[in-house]
Amino acid sequence: MKAMSIIAAAVMAASVIALPALAQDAGTLKKIKDSGAVTMGVRESSGGLSFTVGDGKFAGFHVELCQHVLADIQKQLGMARLDVKYQPVTSQNRIPLMQNGTIDIECGSTTNNTARQKDVAFAVTTFVEEVRIATKANSGITSISQLNGRNVATTTGTTSVQLLRKHERATGVDFKEVFGKDHADSFLLLESGRADAFVMDAQILAGLIAKSKTPGDYKIVGEVLNVEPINIMMRKDDPAFKKAVDDSLIKLMKSGEIAKIYDKWFMQPIPPANVRIGLPASDATRAAWANPNDKPAEDYAKK
Amino acid sequence: MGNWDWQVFCKNTIDGEVIASCFGSGGDITYLDWMMSAWGWTISVALLSLAVALVFGSLMGILRTTPNRGLVFLGNAWTELFRNIPLLVQIMLWYHVVPALVPPLRDVPSFLLVVAALGLFTSARISEQVRAGIQSLPRGQRMAALAVGFTLPQTYRYVLLPMAFRIIIPPLTSESMNIVKNSSVAFAVSISELTLFALQAQEETSRGIEIYLGVTALYFVSAFAINRVLHFIEERVRVPGLIAAGGK
Repeated sequence: MKAMSIIAAAVMAASVIALPALAQDAGTLKKIKDSGAVTMGVRESSGGLSFTVGDGKFAGFHVELCQHVLADIQKQLGMARLDVKYQPVTSQNRIPLMQNGTIDIECGSTTNNTARQKDVAFAVTTFVEEVRIATKANSGITSISQLNGRNVATTTGTTSVQLLRKHERATGVDFKEVFGKDHADSFLLLESGRADAFVMDAQILAGLIAKSKTPGDYKIVGEVLNVEPINIMMRKDDPAFKKAVDDSLIKLMKSGEIAKIYDKWFMQPIPPANVRIGLPASDATRAAWANPNDKPAEDYAKK
Repeated sequence: MGNWDWQVFCKNTIDGEVIASCFGSGGDITYLDWMMSAWGWTISVALLSLAVALVFGSLMGILRTTPNRGLVFLGNAWTELFRNIPLLVQIMLWYHVVPALVPPLRDVPSFLLVVAALGLFTSARISEQVRAGIQSLPRGQRMAALAVGFTLPQTYRYVLLPMAFRIIIPPLTSESMNIVKNSSVAFAVSISELTLFALQAQEETSRGIEIYLGVTALYFVSAFAINRVLHFIEERVRVPGLIAAGGK
């Protein structure tokens, strides 16, 4: 008797474990339809793209785009009700969580590059990030060439560190790099004078400046150091789901709706502090909306 | 995730191309080169902090067992101050707050600040162990030494400390291994040690598991080497019967 019940329990446990894997094999659309739920990967603090407003609620440009996409998918599948769950992710765990099925669609700030395309798929580009320099308004710095021998802050665990290294190698300029442990820490280095400049994604810089004590004391200057497409991320080899997401996004792009959503998150005051980021859509972002594509960062660098 | 890619360590940090020898030349740096340099930083931070911690920890521990109330208070205050504030907070205080109050400290390299922070934090713990070691000795030892005419410093130097330090070698071993592991907080103030390397390299290469396994192995090797060195010292300085006699 006892042995039987243990075997029965084992079989049940095995089938529970096997279920998500089966659903995954059959595609994300089937998984959504069968379970009546979908899990959106979101970020705690990725500028205006994806952030928490407290209380387990998330908002931002990419989060709202995903909400539009999921509403369209709900219609397409003819579901009366779709339960959207939010799962905060980090840059370290977002790809493994996508691969193992914990999240179905990631709406954060993931750069689309060829290395990642081996593991995951990306929707059409909805935002193009430009890496730029923030400095104190009275520093007189207007270009990266003036940073020779100066302290340049950036954040550990970001592609900007690698970018600075490549730039040093290519041009022979010598920065003294200081690494903040997170963006707020890097900004503190600039604020306290330990660093003369902070090199980072423009939307993150704009957000930090907007939230600082004296936003007028800082400005974003100089040339665009790098361009990277930031995309909504999905599981690899799921063409039906990618088509559904892309179609929905392309519809927003063609109707011009996407520009209005962008305006809401980057040009208007946003919660929780009701501060305006104030970063108009760049030419590269507008170009991506005009010609929807999912080209990786490497294709942008070639230009 | 089952497909390993250990070649990630042989990649050039500039263009991501694999270099056959795994070590770069002519200014090229591979991730392996970088990890070795990061290991060097970790060990430098750990050993220098350990030196600071042993000096201040022993001094404060001794002060706490002296008959002078003022000195006991100083030792107690020191220990409580440094062990009641979280390590990362202390590092941030040394890096951001102290230089704001004392402007000349701004020019001190962050490496020295982190050695000071980690060393003083650990000194509080070592002070506690030294005090416990001295107090575990029978009171008669101190009294006898003073009675035969030793001064107080001589009593410590020739009677109490030789036994107390032998008794506390095992907890000191743990503490010395902890300092290797605690040195990972140095990444927060821009020291390119192993943790900073891991955070950065896994982002650049997208091979986080291989990178973290490599870094884990180096932390283990470093801490275990310290363990073996102190074990060797413990064996060499052992005086048969001494500790058993001290425990009576």
